[in-house]
Amino acid sequence: MKRVAIVLPSPFRRECWRSPLRGPWLTSVLGAVLLAGIPIVAVTGLLSYAAYEPSLGRNNLIGDPGLLDFYVFSWPTSPSWLYALTQGLHVTVGIALVPIVLVKLWSAMPKLFEWPALRSPAHALERVSLALLVSSTLFQFATGILNAQLYYPWRFSFLAAHFYGAWVFLAAFVLHAVLKLPTMRRSLRQRRLLDELRRGLDETKPETGDSALIPAAPSAPTISRRGVLGLTGGASLGLLALTAGQSVGGPLREIALLAPHGRDLGSGPNDFQINKTAASVGITSAQTGDAWRLRVAGGPRPLELSRAQLLALPQHSYELTIACVEGWSTTQSWSGVRLRDLAAVAGVETFDELYVESVQRGGSFRRASLSVSQASDRRALLALRVNGADLSADHGYPARIVVPALPGVHCTKWVSLLEFRGTRA
Amino acid sequence: MSLHRVYGAGALHLLSTLAALAVAAYAFTRIFAGAQPANVVAWFAGALVAHDLIAFPLYTALDRLARGRRMRGVNYVRVPALLAGLSFIVFAPLILGLGDGRYERATTLSQDVYLGRWLLLCGALFAASALVYALRARRR
Repeated sequence: MKRVAIVLPSPFRRECWRSPLRGPWLTSVLGAVLLAGIPIVAVTGLLSYAAYEPSLGRNNLIGDPGLLDFYVFSWPTSPSWLYALTQGLHVTVGIALVPIVLVKLWSAMPKLFEWPALRSPAHALERVSLALLVSSTLFQFATGILNAQLYYPWRFSFLAAHFYGAWVFLAAFVLHAVLKLPTMRRSLRQRRLLDELRRGLDETKPETGDSALIPAAPSAPTISRRGVLGLTGGASLGLLALTAGQSVGGPLREIALLAPHGRDLGSGPNDFQINKTAASVGITSAQTGDAWRLRVAGGPRPLELSRAQLLALPQHSYELTIACVEGWSTTQSWSGVRLRDLAAVAGVETFDELYVESVQRGGSFRRASLSVSQASDRRALLALRVNGADLSADHGYPARIVVPALPGVHCTKWVSLLEFRGTRA
Repeated sequence: MSLHRVYGAGALHLLSTLAALAVAAYAFTRIFAGAQPANVVAWFAGALVAHDLIAFPLYTALDRLARGRRMRGVNYVRVPALLAGLSFIVFAPLILGLGDGRYERATTLSQDVYLGRWLLLCGALFAASALVYALRARRR
């Protein structure tokens, strides 16, 4: 019988991987950056879930309560820019990590084609967990980035998939970090970062050791190791600069060229970022015209108030930030009636929840429930005016909710009903 | 027979891997609960295939093409090309005007500006790289 030599297709042969830069040190440096950056994105993401106060009313939009959708505290109202900070970090740091993730994947790619493909049950399980890690990483980044640009080319709920996708990712990420931490520490000791940053192309030599990441037959370098690190870091800073302005505001907004909400809408009192226009959710002028009334329910004296009657109540003004889950924010001077004053007018003394409904007919965010601390904050407003002018239709005329540190989608626009629930006489 | 010989690693490895896989599997059941499971799986698997088996070989081949002819100053092409590509994949929906006008309806803003802005960004990146290349070539 003739012996047939099995020739593996090229990526499965170690000689195929020629870059002299690949090696455990480079992979570990990138891994260390992710080990610092990913927790910021993960924690702020979980905080965003808590900020929705999912235990109240119908705030939970990700299905029946499960075991992982826990949160341990009530979302505070101070500082008023809290959600702008946490969600700005979530989106901006997430986008800035894209180059690090991609270069990290490039650096570890020989592992995908390692041969023999399965050495032991342990190796098989670890490869399954790595496949989950890579696919959930790409899934989380892709869904988050597309959501921020209002593009939904899938047939599942973004909220549920991004939230539970995060748990798939976190399980695989923590496992990978735990299993690889010793390797990472060992590899990082092999070279000093500062030394490596001094080495130009001529001094760029392959890493040494027995790691499968190190090429068996390296080609001559075409870029230095510091060049790769500089390019990765520079790309990350570049994306940061293109995005951060929509959250930070001020002059940075000018350079947020590609950010979905980095643009200037004009100089009028209502010329600031809009997330849902009145037309896009089917609000008609008939619904919000003179016939509009605000119903205040739950107390011994149910009320129906016209806008003129609301304007006759004591008015208060506060600088408050609308911060959106998509990572942008805007701070404006809002004025209107305090929610707690409206409770008092309706005869409500104590309550568990303030349920708010919009005249909007469809959509997940036509209603929201506020916690007692959110509704009782002295800066929690039923806003009627902004920057000294009446609200525009797109900003929620005749009346909208503005509460410090409340996620933007819960700052309900075109409010028609305030219902104090769990009231006691 | 020891666990190490059968399994290939220690008990801690086995337990932590099983724990992570169990949590991930539970999370998947939760995503499936409110969606078409096939579509969710397609997105997770598709992301893996799109990166590992399409994007990675593609950019590797492009890079080999660029440096295969021992092109001088290959990094002056690589750097702006990589930055242009990266900004494209991150902001592709805006640049390509995807989403059936949802962005415009929601924000009152036109999506059309992003293609132009991205092209100008590319122009600036390549021009800056050319300038640096020319200055350095002259100094040598």
